[in-house]
Amino acid sequence: MAATLLPPEFSALEPFAREWCLASEPERYAKRLRSTMDEMQAFYDALFPRIQEAIAYLDKFPLHDLPADALRLLQLLYSLILVSFPVEIWRQPCIPDTGTASFELKLAPVP
Amino acid sequence: MTESPKVPRQSARQHPKPAEGSWTEHHPELGTDPVSYESSISPEFFELERDAVFKRAWLNVGRVEQLQRKGSFFTKELAVAKTSLIVVRGMDDEVRAFHNVCRHRGNKLVWTDHPSEEISGTCRKFACKYHGWTYELDGRLSFILQEGEFFGIDKAQYGLVSVHCEVWQGFIFVNLAKEPEQSLREFLGPMITAIDYPFDKLTQRYYYRGDIRSNWKVFLDAFQEFYHPPILHGHQNPVMRQADYRDKGFYTSHFQIDGPHRVGSTTGGAGGKLVPEFYNPIEQSMRSGLFGPWDPSEIVTDELPPGLNPGNKKHWGLDSFQIFPNFAIVFWETGWYLTYHYWPVAHNRLIFEANAYFTPPRNVRERLAQELGIATIKEYALEDCGTLEATQMGLESRVVSTFPLGDQEFMCRHLNKVVNDWVDDYRRKHVEM
Repeated sequence: MAATLLPPEFSALEPFAREWCLASEPERYAKRLRSTMDEMQAFYDALFPRIQEAIAYLDKFPLHDLPADALRLLQLLYSLILVSFPVEIWRQPCIPDTGTASFELKLAPVP
Repeated sequence: MTESPKVPRQSARQHPKPAEGSWTEHHPELGTDPVSYESSISPEFFELERDAVFKRAWLNVGRVEQLQRKGSFFTKELAVAKTSLIVVRGMDDEVRAFHNVCRHRGNKLVWTDHPSEEISGTCRKFACKYHGWTYELDGRLSFILQEGEFFGIDKAQYGLVSVHCEVWQGFIFVNLAKEPEQSLREFLGPMITAIDYPFDKLTQRYYYRGDIRSNWKVFLDAFQEFYHPPILHGHQNPVMRQADYRDKGFYTSHFQIDGPHRVGSTTGGAGGKLVPEFYNPIEQSMRSGLFGPWDPSEIVTDELPPGLNPGNKKHWGLDSFQIFPNFAIVFWETGWYLTYHYWPVAHNRLIFEANAYFTPPRNVRERLAQELGIATIKEYALEDCGTLEATQMGLESRVVSTFPLGDQEFMCRHLNKVVNDWVDDYRRKHVEM
C-alpha cells in the first residue's frame, strides 16, 4: 500500500484516510456504528470545512477515471455523509428507536 | 434560540378538498368508520392473500435495464407465492419469465452459492446443477443426459413452466395466474398508463433491501401517508423540527384512486428553496437531502411528463403512485424517481426494497448529491422499520380491534378495503362451501 493515500493537497486528512476510505456503503455504515462520537466529530471537523475544496479538486478529473488517491478522497466524502447524521442530528452513532431492523444498500454505482 | 425564520405555512385552506368535505367522503364506498387490521395479523388471512392477491394481480419484478443484453437474466424470489422466477431476455430480445424449477426432478434451476438468494448474470442456456438437463433462453428443453434411458420422453413437453410477463414503460410485470383476468394495461388502468416518463434516461440505480418484522400492508401504509413525517421523522431536519409543523401537521394536496391503485401528491420538499437555516449543514454544502439533489436533472423541462401531477396543482413537488398490490413509484420535481416494493414473507414479515433512479452524474458534485440523497433515505427508512415492527406488536396484542383513520390516511383506508375486497371476491369464487 502507498505510504500516503490521499492527494498531497489533502495530506492533513491522512490520519483519517486509513480508517474511513472504504469502498462500499455497508463497510462505511458498519464503521459508523462501531465508532465513538468523539472519533466521528474529529473526522467531521477535519473534512467538513474542506468539502468544496475537495469537490473542486475531484472535478478536475472525469468521474469514471479518477486516480487512486482521488478515488480515496471521494470515498472519504462518502464516509463524511454517513457520519454527518450522528454528528448533526442524532448525537449517537445509530438512529434512535430503530431496533434490529436492517436496510442495506445492495447495489450502488461505482465510483 | 433566536426568532425563527419564516417557512411556508401548511394549512388546510391551502389544500382544498372535494365538495363532500373530505377525500374519504368523496369515495363513499370507503366509509369513515374505524378500520380493522385483522388482515395484517392473521396467518389465515395471509394464506388467502397469497392466492387471492399475489397470484392474481400483476406484480412488478424489475426493469428492462436489468436485462441489458440477449441472455441477461435475473432471478426473483417470491416467497408469497412460494416460488422463484427466472426473468430473461431471449435471443429474440423478448423478455420472458419462467418458474425457476427443473422439469426433471424439481431442482431449483438457476442459483449460486445459496439456493434462496437472488442472482443475475448473462448466459446462453440454463443447465441444471443436478443432472445437467439444459434449457434454451426461451424455456425449451434442449438436452437430457442419457436421453435414451428415459421412457417415451418428448422434450417438447418438458420446457420450463412459463409465467405471464408484460412490460409497461420498461417495468417488467409478471402474473402468476394460469390465465390473468386482465392484460397488464387493463390492470394498470387509465391513471397509471397515462404516465409517460423518460425512465430509460434514469439509469443510475441505487438498490436497498431490508428484512422487516411487520405485515406488508402495515409497512406500506407508512409510505402512503404524509401525516407521520413531521412527528416520527421530526428530528431529522430543521424544517420539521419547527413547532409550526408539529402544530399544523402536513396536508396532502391531491388524492386520487383508480381501481385498486392510488396516488397522493404533495408540494414536496422545496429542496434548497428555503432559507439556509432550514437545512442541515451537510445538505447546504452538498445541495441535497431527503428530497434528492436540489439541482434539477437534465430531464426536467417546463412541461411535466404526461400523467404526473394528476391533480394539476400549482405547487407540485412529488407524486406517490401506489400500484396495487405492492409496488410504488415516487416522482420528484427535481427529476428523479424512487420505487418501493413490499414483498410479504409471512403475515408478520416482509422484504422491503427501495430503488432510487437518477440520470448518470456528470461529475463528482452531482454524484455526491445523489449519495447524500440515498443516505438520507436510509436514515428515514430505518426509523420507519423500527416503528412498524413496534406497530405489528401492538396490533398482534389484539388489545384493540379497530383503529380510526383520518383524511390524510385516505390511501391506507383504500388499500385496506381493496385487499379485503380481493380476498372476499376470491373466497366467493373458490372456497365457498
